[in-house]
Order: sequence, then C-alpha cells, then structure tokens
Amino acid sequence: MNKIYLSHSNIVSGFGFGSVSALEGIKKEVSDLKPMEDENILPHPFCSSRIADSLLQEAYGNLGPTEKHTRLEQLLLVSLEKTIAASQIELDDRVGLIVSTTKGNIDVLETDGPFPEERAYLSVLGKKIKTFFGFRNEAIVLSNACVSGILAIAVAKRFIAQGRYDHVFVVAGDLVTRFILSGFNAFQALSQEPCRPFCKTRSGINIGEVGVSALITSDRKHLADESVVILGEASCNDANHISGPSRTGEGLYRSIRAALDQSGLLAADIDYISAHGTATPFNDEMEAIAFNRAELQSVPLNSLKGYFGHTLGASGLLETIVGMHSLHQNTLFASKGFQELGISQPLAIIQSTTSKKLDTFLKTASGFGGCNTAVVFQKAGK
Amino acid sequence: MNKEYRIQRYGHIRQGRISLNGIPRFESNETDFSIFIKSAYKNFDTQYPKFFKMDSLSKLALIASDVLLENENEKNIALALSNRAASLDTDRRHQKTIQDIENPFASPAVFVYTLPNICLGEISIRHRLFSENSFFIFDRFNADSLFEYANSLLANQKSEKVICGWMEFDQGKYDAFLYVVAKNGIFAHSIEEINRLYLTP
Amino acid sequence: MTDLKEELKAKIIEQLNLEDVAIEEIADKDPLFGEGLGLDSIDALELIVMLDKDYGIKLADPKEGRAIFESVETMASYISEHRK
Repeated sequence: MNKIYLSHSNIVSGFGFGSVSALEGIKKEVSDLKPMEDENILPHPFCSSRIADSLLQEAYGNLGPTEKHTRLEQLLLVSLEKTIAASQIELDDRVGLIVSTTKGNIDVLETDGPFPEERAYLSVLGKKIKTFFGFRNEAIVLSNACVSGILAIAVAKRFIAQGRYDHVFVVAGDLVTRFILSGFNAFQALSQEPCRPFCKTRSGINIGEVGVSALITSDRKHLADESVVILGEASCNDANHISGPSRTGEGLYRSIRAALDQSGLLAADIDYISAHGTATPFNDEMEAIAFNRAELQSVPLNSLKGYFGHTLGASGLLETIVGMHSLHQNTLFASKGFQELGISQPLAIIQSTTSKKLDTFLKTASGFGGCNTAVVFQKAGK
Repeated sequence: MNKEYRIQRYGHIRQGRISLNGIPRFESNETDFSIFIKSAYKNFDTQYPKFFKMDSLSKLALIASDVLLENENEKNIALALSNRAASLDTDRRHQKTIQDIENPFASPAVFVYTLPNICLGEISIRHRLFSENSFFIFDRFNADSLFEYANSLLANQKSEKVICGWMEFDQGKYDAFLYVVAKNGIFAHSIEEINRLYLTP
Repeated sequence: MTDLKEELKAKIIEQLNLEDVAIEEIADKDPLFGEGLGLDSIDALELIVMLDKDYGIKLADPKEGRAIFESVETMASYISEHRK
C-alpha cells in the first residue's frame, strides 16, 4: 500500500501566528500559560493560553472575508489558509476536508451575539470552512472528545487509503469558553497555576486555545521538509467509565499495541513519545500504567500541555505537529512544568530540551467517553 | 482492493417504534421521549440502573445497541456513529446551569454528556467492547462516509465487525439507525442498500 | 437533624437519578459509595456541587469529600456544622 504522510501544517496559538513562533517558544522552554481574570468565563481567576483578539481580527481581515465569521471560524480559517497555500494543491473533488472539534461554536449559546443558535450545529461550522476555501467535498466533522485531533489524522489516512481522496486537509480548534471552563471547574479539575503533567506537585489541568491545520497526503510531490509517514494507528475504548480513566490503562494499552503492530515497529524502535499528560492524577497514572504495560517506560516522553494547556479537539493535532518538528530538528523538548515523578510507575520524562537523533515517534491521547488513540510516525526522508 | 462485506442486521428507533430488521420489537403511542424510552427499558427488562443517569442521546444509543446486539457473541466490534446535533440537547441544559455569571452551578453529571461520543462509551461499557470508536457530524444521514469508513476498518483488521449508524436526539425529536457490517450477512453492504435500510424501519 | 437526613436522602435520589430507590431504603449509616448505593466519581462531584449550591459550603479540597460523603449521617453532621 502507498505510504500516507503528514505534511504542511500551521499552528496559530498564544505564541503567535505560525508554527515557527510556537516552536521557538517551546525550544526556549517558555510556557504561554498565564493567570487570567475574565468574569465572562469564570467568576474566579484561572490559568490559560489564549489568542489575542486584536491579532486574530487583523489576520482574519487580511483574508478578505465576504461574510461574518465567529471567533472559532476566524481562527480555523486563518490557520488553514496558510496550510493550503503552502501545500499548492488545487481543491478539486479528490481533496477532502476534516474539521476536528469538541464544541465548535458553542459560545453562540452564551450571548445575544450576532450569530443565531443554528451556528452551534457542527455541520454549519464545517460548511463555513468548506465554502470559504471552495472545497468541492462536504466537510467531515469529527467530534470524539479529547482524542479528536489525533483521531482526525487516522481518519484522514483511512479515507485516503480507501481511495476516496488523494489529499485531506485537517483543521482543528476549540475556544476557551465559559461552557468548557465551568464544566471542568465542576469536575474540580482546573489548576490556577500552569499545569505540571506527571509531576508530584501537579494541581490539575489548564484549558488553552489554538487553531491548527495540516495536510495529509499520499503524494510525495506535496511533502514539507519535516513530513512524517503515518505508519500505524488505532483507537480503543476502555469500556470502563465515561469520565474516569481506566485503572489498568486498558484502552490506551490496546491502542498502542495495535498501532505498533500495524506500523511493523517494536516498542524498542520508538525514539520519542508525545503523551496526552493532562496533569490530573488519574489520567497521568493511567498513562504511566499503559506505557509500562507496552514496555515503553524508557522511551523519552513529554506532555506539551505545560506550554499550551489542554486545547481539547485540537490538542492531538497540535502535539503531533510539534512532534513532527521535534523529529525534524532532532530535538527532544522538555516536558514543561515537570519536576519530580508523581506516578506509581517509571517514565522517562524529558527534563530539559536536548539534541538527539530521532526517527520515529508515538503520539497518544485519551478522553471522556473512555476513548484512546495512538499513532506511530516516522520521518519521511528525502 | 476491498473485499465485499455484508450487512448482518439493522435496527431502528423512530416515532415510538423499535424494530430489528424491519420487524417491530416494541411500539408505543407515547410522544414524550423520556417516558417512551423508559417504557422500552422496562419492556426489555434491561436491568441496568446506570441507564437512568444517562442523557437522552445515550439512552437512545443504549436501547438501540441492546436490541441490535442481543444475540451477538463477537466482542471485537468497532463503532462508527454519526448525527446532526452532536450533543446539543445536553449542551443547552449545561448552558442553562451557567447562565448566571456570578453564580454558575454546572452539574458534572450533565457536563460529562456534552460530547457526542459519550454514547459510544456507554455502548462500549454496556457490551464490553474495547474497540474503535468514532463519532462524525453530518447535516444529514451520510451513507457514503460510513460505507467507506466501515470498509477501511474491516480491510485493515481493526475489528471483526463494525456497527455503523445515525444516532440523533435534538429538542425531543429522535432518530436511531444502527447496522452491523461483517464478512457475512443477508444484506449487501453498498451505499444504495444502506440508504434503503435507513428509510425502511 | 432527622429532617436534614430525610431531605438529603430525597435530594440524593432525585439529583443522582437513582431510579427505583425509595427514601426508606436508605439507612442513615448505609455507605453511599462502593457496596452501598453504588455511587461513582461523577456522583461524588455532583454532591460537592450540591453542598455549595444548596448549603453554601465550598470544599477547600475535593479529597475531603471522601469522609463527608461516607453516609447520609456523615453528610448531615458536616452540613449542620458548616452551613451558612
């Protein structure tokens, strides 16, 4: 079967507009998480990474829109525009579009803003993105909790392998909203300080926002320098609890095993793991158990939540894009916020950013509903 | 090339009627969904107290999957469901609890259902399925995408069978359609046949 | 105190959607979690919200909930000491 690649991509985040700004921040081990007060979101302070409205407005204005778009739509359009331009692919009927989000335009439920409630339907969001760029195919919206972003890569690969598309653009995003933060607050899960995944002193998660996009393609003519091959992917349910992580890491372990099997690699062949690492005690512990069961405990591992927070439906794609650059730069990025191991099983947490020859990496994510996804990537090479 | 797969069986919950392969399993004139689905639960002697903690979308999915899987022994079954409204019905309930900006009292038990794939988790827990879960949103029933996706999962040995379908609940209106794709079965696995089965409860 | 306990039992049944459980079936000292009513982690979070919303009690540390929510009796005594 033909290889399928992750290629051109773009990150719009609190670090700036473009992957370069985010990668520079990460390389310097700087976090974009900041304490914030915004009574429209929570009655008390919280910690988050957000995109400045003024900058977003400017970037969106430069696209020359002919109708009004919501804040999330603006973010997704701004992100995807650069990825499409860099890809130099004509949007004909062989090109697919996948939108990955957990809540889409949920903020239209909040206020008497200019947008009708209809805008909260995710297919409407998909249509807005499709129409703006003139995609020929309807958008496929994937909403699978916190694995959406990484599952979207797997789904894109599957549709290409089936021969339905030659190329798929994936765009992913969720906003920091009252809807989301009040919910996680009721779950007693929010930390008022920058999160510390896998650390003994962790105090919960932060929610952040990004708009990320990427090209998935089977055509080597459209590869970026940093491209990776998508070798194997799997998504397994815990069949245990809808919000509590499995005590045995069952679904994540099974996902990793199945993704490795499909990739033809062994655990020992993996050079780096980009974990989910939300910084809740139960999640981090579950991941540690699953990685140990898969005999991956000695593989250098980080969670990028300490830089961006948990960016929900975008996180899996965001962290995969950073992982792809990590391979290309042969650099292991520090797991920001980590000081001392706070889980019952060993893991090789990356404590400081270091150079190392890298060829392969594993990306994992887990989410509400008991879902887990694992994908194995390898440098595409020239 | 793709092998030919088959549809083994299909089920509907629509307009007070629960059917399997077009044969009614439960019927009611009740128009209120919560009363209707509870009477279906009692009728099938479901015995699953967690049912009462679920939101409407998950209750719909649970009963639909129970009827579809009642004589199923295979456990390696992937789930690929879709709908139009995602979890909007529950989203509106959560939004109401936080409308008062100074005193928001979000309910964790409501918030956890503000994701459409939670109903996949409920089916997985109920039937002990440790397999692939994907939830797609389309503005109408989209047989093409489900057809391709099921073929992909089976061709790549992601599972032995795939449950595909449409699981919609929005403002009191509901429409559930599930079908099982496998190596053998009585119905063809084609876009035309999927559309035909969707329209014939 | 007895009134409060009865009130709590009714609220637990109502808010945690315990179908087919009657107030009389919950004894004051019955464990709420595990073997008892079979409540889970989401129910525990729901009880934390109930303390806040209905009795004005905010738990500084959610881990405190474990002891407070052991039974209707422990809940009632905590509420009568801390309510506003």
